[in-house]
Amino acid sequence: MKVVLHVWRQQRRSTKQDFVQDGRMVRYELDHVSPDMSFLEMLDVLNEQLIRKGEDPVAFDHDCREGICGSCGVVIDGVPHGPERGTTACQLHMRSFRDGAEIWVEPWRAAAFPVVRDLVVDRSAFDRVVQAGAFVSVNTGAPQDANAIPVPKAAADRAFDAATCIGCGACVAACKNASAMLFVGAKVSHFLHLPQGRVERERRARNLVAAMDAEGFGNCTNQNECEAVCPKEIPVRVIAELNREFVRARLIEEPVGKKRVGGDG
Amino acid sequence: MKLDAKIPAGPVQEKWDARKFELKLVNPANKRKYKVLVVGSGLAGAAAAASLAELGYQVECFCFQDSPRRAHSIAAQGGINAAKNYRNDGDSIWRLFYDTVKGGDFRAREANVYRLAQLSVDIIDQAVAQGVPFAREYGGLLDNRSFGGAQVSRTFYARGQTGQQLLLGAYAALSRQIGLGAVKMFPRTEMLDVVLVDGHAKGIVVRDLVGGEIRSHAGDAVVLATGGYGNVFYLSTNAKGCNVTATWRAYKRGAGFANPCYTQIHPTCIPVSGDHQSKLTLMSESLRNDGRVWVPKQAGDKRRAQDIPEAERDYFLERKYPSFGNLAPRDIASRAAKQVCDEGRGIGETGLGVYLDFRDSIARLGKEAIAARYGNLFHMYAKITAEDPYSQPMRIFPAVHYTMGGLWVDYDLQSTIPGLFVLGEANFSDHGANRLGASALMQGLADGYFVIPYTIGGYLAGQRAGAIKTDHPQFAATAGEVDELTRRLLSIQGKRTVDDFHKALGKIMWQHCGMARNERGLQQALRDIPALREEFWRDVRVPGSGAELNQSLEKAGRVADFLEFGELMCRDALERRESCGGHFREEWQDEGEARRDDENFCHAAVWEYTGPGRAPARHVEPLAFENVHLAVRSYK
Repeated sequence: MKVVLHVWRQQRRSTKQDFVQDGRMVRYELDHVSPDMSFLEMLDVLNEQLIRKGEDPVAFDHDCREGICGSCGVVIDGVPHGPERGTTACQLHMRSFRDGAEIWVEPWRAAAFPVVRDLVVDRSAFDRVVQAGAFVSVNTGAPQDANAIPVPKAAADRAFDAATCIGCGACVAACKNASAMLFVGAKVSHFLHLPQGRVERERRARNLVAAMDAEGFGNCTNQNECEAVCPKEIPVRVIAELNREFVRARLIEEPVGKKRVGGDG
Repeated sequence: MKLDAKIPAGPVQEKWDARKFELKLVNPANKRKYKVLVVGSGLAGAAAAASLAELGYQVECFCFQDSPRRAHSIAAQGGINAAKNYRNDGDSIWRLFYDTVKGGDFRAREANVYRLAQLSVDIIDQAVAQGVPFAREYGGLLDNRSFGGAQVSRTFYARGQTGQQLLLGAYAALSRQIGLGAVKMFPRTEMLDVVLVDGHAKGIVVRDLVGGEIRSHAGDAVVLATGGYGNVFYLSTNAKGCNVTATWRAYKRGAGFANPCYTQIHPTCIPVSGDHQSKLTLMSESLRNDGRVWVPKQAGDKRRAQDIPEAERDYFLERKYPSFGNLAPRDIASRAAKQVCDEGRGIGETGLGVYLDFRDSIARLGKEAIAARYGNLFHMYAKITAEDPYSQPMRIFPAVHYTMGGLWVDYDLQSTIPGLFVLGEANFSDHGANRLGASALMQGLADGYFVIPYTIGGYLAGQRAGAIKTDHPQFAATAGEVDELTRRLLSIQGKRTVDDFHKALGKIMWQHCGMARNERGLQQALRDIPALREEFWRDVRVPGSGAELNQSLEKAGRVADFLEFGELMCRDALERRESCGGHFREEWQDEGEARRDDENFCHAAVWEYTGPGRAPARHVEPLAFENVHLAVRSYK
């Protein structure tokens, strides 16, 4: 099959002052595309052609190519990871497009994810959010036996449903507010449903929300676009859980540094 | 090259305790004066970086991915072994030890394997404490399943993404230490050389993959946890970025490389669909718990699977290995699949495939139960092939998956370069000539959480903390060499792309050093690889510059190393004149079963670099089997 691509090309890193830099859409025609190719394999073919012609190949992040590392992520025809539900760009196949299709390919766009080059963005904001508290504070050593605390199967399954997040950032890219609340909610929900994670629930909710705000992510206005594009189909209930946990944490314990004064009800 | 494995004396059960007691300690107040550089952030690297930081060491951790969470450990599907015996089915540390030594075809070091089996139980405890959501039963306790090469259920799992969940556990521990300022993390940073000062590893040279800058980092010890070299075949189940560069450059600085010919070909991968293919996708071994592997009895039978009656199907694993059946170990299952395809009974358009059929399990347990166990794998299969595995059997074929060879390490996981420690798939120590399923995660985490925190202290206690800084002339010299290599790659401006060369190398390796090897083929490869390498250095085209994000340049450096490494691999395969585990020499077989030569090859082969253009030297570490006696490995 044959496709026409419009690909975002940008050489200089985005800054707060100039997010777009020298970026622009560039048109490429591609012949002999096999329907069995993945979307990234199609980009490989484009890059091989560009290199042979003496042009710079399109930079894009990718690694495992089996939908689990979360490296890849491009906006395809306006939708993060493209048209197939529950599918990363590396698992999207060209059979999902018609012969002769024109396809628009862009990077994630969010203030917290500056474009590094072409389709590559800087998602280190996610790592910093995790560093703020998406963990159980336990050192390597000799914890108790793994079966010492039974965990109801339903709770373990719910934790797993959230833990399945691959940190690709599609939720942020899909959101008009560039909100990371599906991502952050997934972290909170994962630990919330496990007894090991409950110990630090208040601290975690507060710290993660503060970190996400500091990174410049927006807030949720219930459009649910994030759930629609999430390749792991993480449900928006994790955002509800995040909100509840955050409110609960505020009620139970005041943030460090602010002394609770009597008489405020 | 001196190979002292430093295996502690005494019974195998007491060796680790003995060693832990012998090792010198660094007092807590002094730990913060030592800096450890950890390269790689997969299970082994992240676990090591986090655990060392918790102890108080200064740690710097490096990965080429944009986040430490993306290291390729994340892609492991099926599970992690542990001798918990929660099933009451006769498991024990001794049995896991025995299975692993036997599974490795008696080519692993007993003492290391025993320690691995001992530590396996702690790993599960640690992971659960971190909040890893393992599969559970309705009673709230942990669930298990079976994996190849074992007759007990000892595999813990988290649906089909155990690797991701365990890595997220280690990544969370690492992130906590980064947040506390105890680990300094350098993502999108690739190690390109190790810096030796007076023969000790005291630093590394890296390239910042975003800005292109070549930088030096000094430390008191260096830990490599950089994974395996399966991508020498171009097509493998490894992530695209997996490479041999860190271990290869350490080899060229004097670290011995052990058993490079031991590669694991995994039996259940999705067959190749065309030339555009960029990687192969594994279908977890766990599927063989419920799937039955078969081909038509008749060669050339092109009927659809559902039209082939029961009597005309050959369930060849069940037939050949009745006691292990579809759960025969990987090397054996792969070879059996190759054999039936060689007989013309392979399925699919290319004839390079066998069926993995869930019809009987679905009839017995219902579609829902199968979906609960393997839903995400079935989904992935349907995505890639556009076929529905619930209504027709999966088509599978063996593919390169894991590499048992790696840098030689002693019992303390220290390489032949003092101060250079090697963990996880990057080392050679625990799996012998074949790795059993669900043992890679176990080894990576055992090395990172529970071995290196003890053994590195033994080395550091004898070193003056912070004695070497990056102003030592050795750093400038090493960085200069790295710079020069980059310049050379960029200056060729030939006609062929890096991928083009990588694919050509992959074809040579798969044809001559893949599932079956023989003297003639290996000799051929040893002529073809140097010729291809020469062409690479004459005709490769690397666009762009070194001072920017340049993915072609990253690949070029890695492929340049594979083009050297592939030769060593073929040489090792040629010199190992026996068949064992994943290394199958056609000249040494009994009707398709590997025939070992214990008299001449009961050893690890360790290669020493002797300079450019010179043949490497082969050394041996003899292997003694005092507890699991050498025997023909039978799964019949």
